[in-house]
Amino acid sequence: MTYLAMGGYAAYVWPAYGVTLLVLGGLTLWCVGAYRRRQRELERQQRESGR
Amino acid sequence: MHRFANPARFMRLSAAILPWTAALAVALLGLGIYLALFVAPPDYQQGEAVRIMYVHVPAAWLASFVYALVALMSAVALIWRHPLADIAAQSAAPLGAGFTLLCLVTGSLWGARMWGTWWVWDARLTSVLVLFFLYLGYIALVNAFDEPGRGARAGAILALVGVVNLPIIKFSVDWWNTLHQPASVFRLGGPTIAAAMLWPLLIMALGYTLLFAALLMVRMRTALLAAKLRALRLAEVEREAASLMPQQQTALS
Repeated sequence: MTYLAMGGYAAYVWPAYGVTLLVLGGLTLWCVGAYRRRQRELERQQRESGR
Repeated sequence: MHRFANPARFMRLSAAILPWTAALAVALLGLGIYLALFVAPPDYQQGEAVRIMYVHVPAAWLASFVYALVALMSAVALIWRHPLADIAAQSAAPLGAGFTLLCLVTGSLWGARMWGTWWVWDARLTSVLVLFFLYLGYIALVNAFDEPGRGARAGAILALVGVVNLPIIKFSVDWWNTLHQPASVFRLGGPTIAAAMLWPLLIMALGYTLLFAALLMVRMRTALLAAKLRALRLAEVEREAASLMPQQQTALS
């Protein structure tokens, strides 16, 4: 518990790490999501073109 | 250079490198956060609040580094017209904007406790805010034209003009009075930061850099898939138009 208090700086340290995970994780999900969407669209198009 | 500018070769190479880059990035970030939170000592002046440094400083480094890369790729695109250079610059820009935002928010949290204020309009903070707006301006400009080639060219020129901001960010802490502390790692005469803090910081920085490299590859691959999709759809439309042609001609005659 004393560790979580961060010597009185908990209100600044933990939000800093939280926002870091949010931004880095958010960027990752955004990039991978866009990649998967394009991949699916391309596969669909290739099927249609190959008819 | 030309060999790597071949999109098909890039797709093959990135497919081979990407899983390793991503895995190493996750491992280094995990190790880095563990070291930063549990192993690194508290600062003799800042106490535990110094732990914000390990997420803030790498974000600041990447913010400038990614911009330099966007500018370099823009120059390559303008001068040599490499097919991948524009794609690389445009893929990197939103990632750079993300790191800049992260740098500003974590810096604000750090400053709120250490300086007693969330924000000051001094040279370092203002020049990094300008960097953030340069990224946003670049992204908006690239997408503002109906013809993608014109947007890419306009964006590339903006990216090159904005390079003047990078030395201002780096030397702002020496040239002007500021609340922000001066460089303690990349300076003449070597780092002044304690080794017990330097190692976790460097591991975090390497983790950020590899994560950036992995996401850049994902975004460039996405852009190349999109180009392939456009080409397929165009071919489809042309084939349909060609099959309609004879009927139209008979109808007209």
